[in-house]
Amino acid sequence: MKEPLLFRQGRIIDPANHRDEIADLAIVEGRIADPAALEGRPHREIDCRGLVVAPGLIDIHVHFREPGQAAKETIATGARAAAAGGFTSVVCMPNTSPTVDSASVVRWINDKAREEACVNVYITGAITRGIAGEELAPIGSMAKEGIVALTDDGHCVQNHETMRRALEYARMFDLPVMDHCQDYNLVGKGVMHEGYWSTVLGLPGWPALGEEIIVQRNAQLAELCGTPIHCQHLSSGGSVRILREARARGIPLTGEICPHHIALTDEAVRSFDTNYKMNPPLRSGRDVEELIGGIADGTITILASDHAPHGEFEKEVEFEQAPFGILGLETELGVFLDILVHRRKAISLPRLIELYTANPARLLKLERGTLSPGAVADVTVINPDLEWTVDKNESFSRSRNTPFHGRELKGRAVRTLVAGEEVWAL
Amino acid sequence: MSWTRKDLVSIEELSREEIVHLLETAAAFKQVGTRDIKKVPALRGKTLVNFFAEPSTRTRISFELAAFRLSADVVNMAASTSSLTKGESLKDTARNLEALLADIIVLRHSCAGAARFLAERLGASVINAGDGAHEHPTQALLDVFTITEKRGSVEGLHVAIIGDILFSRVARSNIHALLKLGAKVTLVGPSTLVPRHFEKMGVCVSHRIEEVLEAADVVNLLRIQHERQQKAYFPSIGEYNALFGLTRERARRLKPDALIMHPGPINRGVEIDSGIADSGRSVILDQVTNGLAVRMAALYLCGRVGSVTG
Repeated sequence: MKEPLLFRQGRIIDPANHRDEIADLAIVEGRIADPAALEGRPHREIDCRGLVVAPGLIDIHVHFREPGQAAKETIATGARAAAAGGFTSVVCMPNTSPTVDSASVVRWINDKAREEACVNVYITGAITRGIAGEELAPIGSMAKEGIVALTDDGHCVQNHETMRRALEYARMFDLPVMDHCQDYNLVGKGVMHEGYWSTVLGLPGWPALGEEIIVQRNAQLAELCGTPIHCQHLSSGGSVRILREARARGIPLTGEICPHHIALTDEAVRSFDTNYKMNPPLRSGRDVEELIGGIADGTITILASDHAPHGEFEKEVEFEQAPFGILGLETELGVFLDILVHRRKAISLPRLIELYTANPARLLKLERGTLSPGAVADVTVINPDLEWTVDKNESFSRSRNTPFHGRELKGRAVRTLVAGEEVWAL
Repeated sequence: MSWTRKDLVSIEELSREEIVHLLETAAAFKQVGTRDIKKVPALRGKTLVNFFAEPSTRTRISFELAAFRLSADVVNMAASTSSLTKGESLKDTARNLEALLADIIVLRHSCAGAARFLAERLGASVINAGDGAHEHPTQALLDVFTITEKRGSVEGLHVAIIGDILFSRVARSNIHALLKLGAKVTLVGPSTLVPRHFEKMGVCVSHRIEEVLEAADVVNLLRIQHERQQKAYFPSIGEYNALFGLTRERARRLKPDALIMHPGPINRGVEIDSGIADSGRSVILDQVTNGLAVRMAALYLCGRVGSVTG
């Protein structure tokens, strides 16, 4: 029998239960328990005074590169990076090699994760075979293997008819559909936000319209089909406006925002540093304001990283030829706490935790994201005021592609537990 | 002033003083070209690699001749015959050149930022001979050199740059150079190829060539590339010529002393009437001649600062 744990006098923030109080939290046999039950029993105590005790954080948008590209990241290394960032659950995207478009690949990842990952690894299946946007993937077979959502992330189904049928079909399995919103004709070979800086630098522009037009399509398809659509990594202010209007009309449309899209702008590309290249791209200061506004007013309900590891030699090339994507798991909580809670005061700390726990758990119907008695004891202890400096060389990821190296942040996870087991501590 | 840059990768990063210093140095080298013996020993013992990962005739030969006249040893390398076609990265190719103790690398590349990428990673001097749609610094320098030569100064002149601005590195480098030297700049072309974002750089944008003909002291016509038409930036070459070509009729409305420039290669009958291109007001071939002096200046100034670690 594992030794019971008692987290002493932390600020317990459990948005799913509207709980925010200084109290003790007990873990017995890997589950949340009543602290009173520990009286008179041997247990280990962890002093949490001045710290926040939260449900384990969930990142619903990561790329762990297995199968196929283990040199960038493995399920094991990605999971360790997640734990170090305060995440107890991650949701992996299907653009691996081969892509996650069959029951056997889902099973392979599940087996590998069970053996090697120190956090919970949830799997998404492709909407279409090979993420090619044409024929439907075997959604039913993958649902049986336990995928939590469908997405062609990295790609976007261009044919509206195909997307409509996919949404109708997914409803049968109660699977939400997540979408990387990008119109290929409008975006073309764009590598950075189309605007003043792309004009000055002579780099092909990726217009915000290329995202917004697909968000609008998704609003209308979600209304027609009734299947929830989650718009991934929204980068443009216009997308937030479309989402706000759709949600006001009761359409089952949600959106997520990644840390880099509010921490950086397209001007950073002046350096031609490919760690500022991701898809969708960094946008203008005005977009940043509208994204933060969308988080503040509740339009945006989920935060995620789009953790996308790439090797140094792959990124150290001409800007136009570099792959899109940056690391995120170990810096996202710090970036969001620093900007949203401390500097901009856009949202409260409990709200930020809700965007990382109760909300993603509800969208994907995960039995996670709460500290209810009896729940699996996934717990993240956060020091919201800890000042630290990002050092990419301390990363647990196999890759080093972060634009935040050297950045000073305020707020960090200090301890991560999965099912009552400590998987990381600062 | 003393020149401290080992590289010339953009005009944007140069100060007005640095541009003037380059132009003055070029003027001195132009004198050398009038002598019987056109060669000086300024870069004797230095090795220059002309690394052209994109096709070019005029610029490559101009750099090659400039290097010869400075007594440097020159090796030419085209992408089609280099290991880039075997998948070797730009960084590895360049590091190999450096391991061979190349002192100066002149780079032409289809990607914006490529010259800067190399400059940041090598001890050798890197001269940008055109990086994607970003910059073509020596072209802008030879353009302002030519204007200065013909008109005494760039300051206060109104320069119209006409054509495919969006995809033009020549336009971007010219905008930076002209504004730093005090010219007024108007960009002219179809609205699809001259987006309004340019205005924030401090220039005017016009979609009617008639608006600039009478006011311009210089018209710089850019090459129109047929592939733009295929991507629906404008309907046809004929319509482009009708709306924006410098025809005889339009040329008559120019000021008598207006200069007609073109970075080449020209499409006769498209952006410029054939006869106008050959007329007395055209300084197109002066630009080519001046390019040599400007490139000698760039190689000389940067080549003395760069250091190969070996």
